[in-house]
Amino acid sequence: MGGLQKKKFERGSATNYITRNKARKKLQLSLPDFRRLCILKGIYPHEPKHKKKVNKGSTAPRTFYLLKDIRFLLHEPIVGKFREYKVFVRKLKKAYAKIEWSDVERLKENKPTYKLDHIIRERFPTFIDALRDIDDALCMCFLFSTFARTGKCHVQTIQLCRRLTVEWMNYVIASRCLKKVFLSIKGIYYQAEVMGQLITWLVPYQFSHDHPTDVDYRVMATFTELYTTLLGFVNFRLYQSLNLVYPPKLDSKSESEINEQNEEDYAMSSESYLEKLSALSASLARVVSSVEEEEAQLDQFPTEGEDMENMEAREKELKQEEKAKKLFEGLKFFLNREVPRESLAFVIRSFGGEVSWDKSVCIGSTYEVTDETITHQIVDRPSVDNQYINRFYIQPQWVYDCVNAKILLPVEDYFIGVTLPPHLSPFVEEKEGDYVPPEKLKIVAMQQGHKSVTEDEENEDEDSNEEAEEEEEDNDEEEEEEDEEEEENLKKLEEQRSKGKSLQVKVTPGKMKVENPARLEQEEKAEEKRLAIMMMKKKEKYLYDKIMFGKKRKVREANKLAAKRKAHDDAEKAKKKARK
Amino acid sequence: MAATGSSTRASKPSPGSESGPGTGDIPRKRCPEPESEPQELLGAGPADGQDDDTDSEESDYSGLEDSGSDSDSEETGSDPDSGEEDGSKEASEETGDEDAEVQTEKNLNLQKNDEYQQDSSDEEDIRNTVGNIPMEWYADFPHVGYDLDGKKILKPLRSKDELDAFLDKMEDPDFWRTVQDPQTGRDVVLSEQQVALVKRLQKGQFGDINFNEHEPSVDFFSYDVMIHPVTNRPSDKRSFIPSLIEKEKVSKLVHAIKMGLIKPRRSQDDSKGRYYDLWASEEQGRVRDLRMHVPAPRVPLPGHEESYNPPPEYLMTPEERAVWEQQDPEDRKLAFVPRKFSSLRQVPAFERFIHERFERCLDLYLCPRQRKMRVNVNPEDLIPKLPRPRDLQPFPTTQSMVYLGHEGLVRSISPSPCGQWLLSGGDDGSARFWEVSSGRCVKKVEVCGAIKSAVWNPNQGLSLVALAVGSEVLLVTPPSTAADKQVVTATERLLSEEVESAMGEGPVIWSNAEGEELLHGIRIKIQHPKPVSQVTWHSKGDYVAAVMPDHSSHLQVLIHQVSKRRSQSPFSKNKGLVQSVAFHPIRPYFLLATQRSVRIYNLLKQELSKKLQGNAKWISSIAVHPGGDNVICGSYDCRLSWFDLDLSTKPYKTLRHHRRAVRSVAFHRSYPLFASASDDGSVIVCHGTVFSDLLQNPLIVPVKVLKGHVVTHDLGVLDVTFHPSQPWVFSSGADGTIRLFT
Repeated sequence: MGGLQKKKFERGSATNYITRNKARKKLQLSLPDFRRLCILKGIYPHEPKHKKKVNKGSTAPRTFYLLKDIRFLLHEPIVGKFREYKVFVRKLKKAYAKIEWSDVERLKENKPTYKLDHIIRERFPTFIDALRDIDDALCMCFLFSTFARTGKCHVQTIQLCRRLTVEWMNYVIASRCLKKVFLSIKGIYYQAEVMGQLITWLVPYQFSHDHPTDVDYRVMATFTELYTTLLGFVNFRLYQSLNLVYPPKLDSKSESEINEQNEEDYAMSSESYLEKLSALSASLARVVSSVEEEEAQLDQFPTEGEDMENMEAREKELKQEEKAKKLFEGLKFFLNREVPRESLAFVIRSFGGEVSWDKSVCIGSTYEVTDETITHQIVDRPSVDNQYINRFYIQPQWVYDCVNAKILLPVEDYFIGVTLPPHLSPFVEEKEGDYVPPEKLKIVAMQQGHKSVTEDEENEDEDSNEEAEEEEEDNDEEEEEEDEEEEENLKKLEEQRSKGKSLQVKVTPGKMKVENPARLEQEEKAEEKRLAIMMMKKKEKYLYDKIMFGKKRKVREANKLAAKRKAHDDAEKAKKKARK
Repeated sequence: MAATGSSTRASKPSPGSESGPGTGDIPRKRCPEPESEPQELLGAGPADGQDDDTDSEESDYSGLEDSGSDSDSEETGSDPDSGEEDGSKEASEETGDEDAEVQTEKNLNLQKNDEYQQDSSDEEDIRNTVGNIPMEWYADFPHVGYDLDGKKILKPLRSKDELDAFLDKMEDPDFWRTVQDPQTGRDVVLSEQQVALVKRLQKGQFGDINFNEHEPSVDFFSYDVMIHPVTNRPSDKRSFIPSLIEKEKVSKLVHAIKMGLIKPRRSQDDSKGRYYDLWASEEQGRVRDLRMHVPAPRVPLPGHEESYNPPPEYLMTPEERAVWEQQDPEDRKLAFVPRKFSSLRQVPAFERFIHERFERCLDLYLCPRQRKMRVNVNPEDLIPKLPRPRDLQPFPTTQSMVYLGHEGLVRSISPSPCGQWLLSGGDDGSARFWEVSSGRCVKKVEVCGAIKSAVWNPNQGLSLVALAVGSEVLLVTPPSTAADKQVVTATERLLSEEVESAMGEGPVIWSNAEGEELLHGIRIKIQHPKPVSQVTWHSKGDYVAAVMPDHSSHLQVLIHQVSKRRSQSPFSKNKGLVQSVAFHPIRPYFLLATQRSVRIYNLLKQELSKKLQGNAKWISSIAVHPGGDNVICGSYDCRLSWFDLDLSTKPYKTLRHHRRAVRSVAFHRSYPLFASASDDGSVIVCHGTVFSDLLQNPLIVPVKVLKGHVVTHDLGVLDVTFHPSQPWVFSSGADGTIRLFT
């Protein structure tokens, strides 16, 4: 015999994992503290490959952590702070119970606090790492900044969140890095490209929250604690990268302007400063004031052949980007009081436009409604009484659609009282075979039209004509023409769709065409393929079937959408005719 | 009466004067009627003037009650009347605190009044002694009280009627300030001061004009340090010497600090909310081992359907909406219902916003993360690259002939070795001989019972077929046109040989056919103990093997030698239910397929040489490659297994081309083709090259799916066989047809 008997579960994966309760005991923490620690340190459970082995033969559902992770937590200084805090609470309770107020005072003065700086540094070793993970932080801070200052969380947290988000928005404006905006039913999505990272965040609409009861706000508060720290450091670094003063200060010129107007409204200047910043109407002070923005220029390298073409393409792209950044430059906007001021001011300023609003809406308005140089007034009401003749009265969607299309869209679709064209998500990138809504095609056509100037201006004119006609609905002939045009458009669409689906068409038997050599060949090929499929291995066959099923489902969905659209358009047309 | 005056003046009066017995009660009871107040007050004036005794009496009362406070109130109360009239009186009032003085003052006052107001005789003192009672008690009496002598004071005669009153009103300029004194019942004219007082009281002001209600209050104990101490007590000794108790306490504290029991107050750490360039120094801090770290997946970006104003096709139809509501929240493809708003101002708050954020939080810290390898392959790449079927020609591609005539299933078909004729046998009890090229049935042999198996003798020198009918095996000669004369005679010679020795021995009975049967061509009948399911010829054409599937017996396979009319049972043990048997085309091997395995016996050595284990559950048929090294076997679980005898006892390849049970498999004698027939009604022809190089594996490529047979009663193609020389394939089906594919 000889040798030691091997015991079960003492080696292998069973020793690599630890259950949550055991981990908690090892760290000597209560469950809420353990939870908080996990949140702050970014530790999450792992799903072992062989659950039963890890669970020592039992199949009970358990949460497992990697033992290494828990060992790593053991050395965290914050754990000590948690324990200190626990003791503090106990002492405080005792002092209260004994009615020893001096002790209470003393204890409160010595309340243990902790900082998260080192955790941020550890979790995000480089700045880019931090930027990559800032999405959630932004979403959370924007949400918390809209909370009412009662209950649910500390007022300081709310104020801090507000401050940080305002700083962030000011940075985005200053760096002009906003790329896409999307008005969804949940809120407004923004996407910015900061140092090559695409950052998306969601801002809720400005309403008071109906706080749900089944949400644990402690968890959210812990996350917010971490995220505010992270966002603060990121903001600092970003401001530094643009040579802006941190904490942000308004440009001395614009500051004096604003000060003139609203001196008397606020008791304390410190109080009004955040308000002024959050107005987003003034530019920020720079450390080095005289620096003009340098145009980023590509260095010229001696290149040949394909590289040349690539370079040219890249240059072109860069140029376009630069152009998109100055989309609203030279335009002057005025916001009516019913439109979401902060969002619009943010977007317009991010693209170089000037923006103002009524003095009573918010601090920081720079010009009045009566200003003659205003080019666009953004209105979201059925009618406006005294209109100025030299400006457009448009609905807010125009601004967002322009940003997403990267061109100034014709304003006719967005006039007051006009039925708006659908607002499309800029985040959807249609691949081949996907359904593309016709509005998107229209926009794409318009974008391309801008590149080659000659024909497309005419097209645009036609488009605008069309729309004008739509509005008028007086002349029957014109109507018919328009209908024809629509049909043409539809045909084009169908063609495009069929092109997109050409792969799938190949598989299914084609149309009735007798004695067509091409078709025969195709059939032969199809049969060949079928026979080859028969020879596939079982595993591969399964995978292949799965892929094909997914593809077919996609096609089915696209077809369904197309059919729905067609039915809708038909119904609209019928309605129009009936009205005539 | 002054007391009453003071009480009505304001709420200031001292409680004593009011709650006194007798006099104190009266004004309170009178209070309810506002009219009576001034009246009473005014009445007091003249009454005082008229009879001093009552006044003194009253003052007695007040004196009894409370000297200090009452006198004060009296003084102030009488002030308005007297103060303005003459200063000397005022002075006397202030200094005097005796009731008598007040009396005199009032008397004087009244006397003054008398001079120009009272026209009646002033001398008679009609002081009423009833005291301070409500005068309505006397309403029903002719008198109003009693004078000092105890005589009734009669009410004044009411001689004035309405007219007189009216006249008075018209003529008397003082009528508006004439009131009736209820105590005496006389009319009294109010003085200027009294009217002024009434007016002030009506306005709610203090009766005293000189009274300042907003006098600054004087703080006696203020925060100002006064020159003079409040108390003049000399300070204690203990205030000059250091306290021992304090010393003790201090020393305790010092000790505690020294020992570290008390920590000095912490300096405020305000660095919490201060940000700096965290990533300034490039050197990394303590970094976790991130090999197992999985970064959190990002939230998917919103699509068109989440827009506040989506294109109409993204909105849900009512049916879709109903389905959506029926589904569990986990199963839903969209977590929300797409909605359309005509303008931005109509968009409401999203109710589940906080929920969604919270769920994201939960995902971040509670969800186990796992790296899922997503296969991102082009499905075209998965399809194996096979040689094109066109390059593997010839093989049968089209159906060129259908042989009609059989009613019911055609169980078995077999071509003649020369390839001109085809033999078929079916459930209708007939074996038919067909000309392959024309599709004509040249001969039909009727037997009693279904033909399970019909096989043409592979020997070119013989013209003979074997049929399995019930428990008999029949040897039949095909029509004479089917063979050369030499062959026919050779066959005749073989069949007519008399070999007695073998006849009538063992379980098998050989007999020559006679009469009618002989006319049909049936020559020899071999009677078996059990129904025969399959017969097969040895390639030399002398031996024929018959299968009688039976679980219990070892007598399942019999091999008959035609030339010697001898039968033998090769196996002494039961190896399982025998499905099919085959002779090896070259070597003296015999293959026997039971349900799960194929055994190969060496007939010379009389031993088992190999046992092939397929994955099949129930083998239906086997076929041997003419080269002799490869075996295919079809099974009822849709598989076709290719065994390479040199390689292994496991299948080299398993093909699952058919969707239903495989009934029959066949190899072509010369071309590298094999076919399988199945219940799904199709015949699949595959190319199967076997290379002479032993290192090279056989190449198996399906080249054609032949369809034509109609599936009847869940049975499709029952038998398949190749033409001996051409790349043609015959198939027979449950629909009663035989088809030729070329």
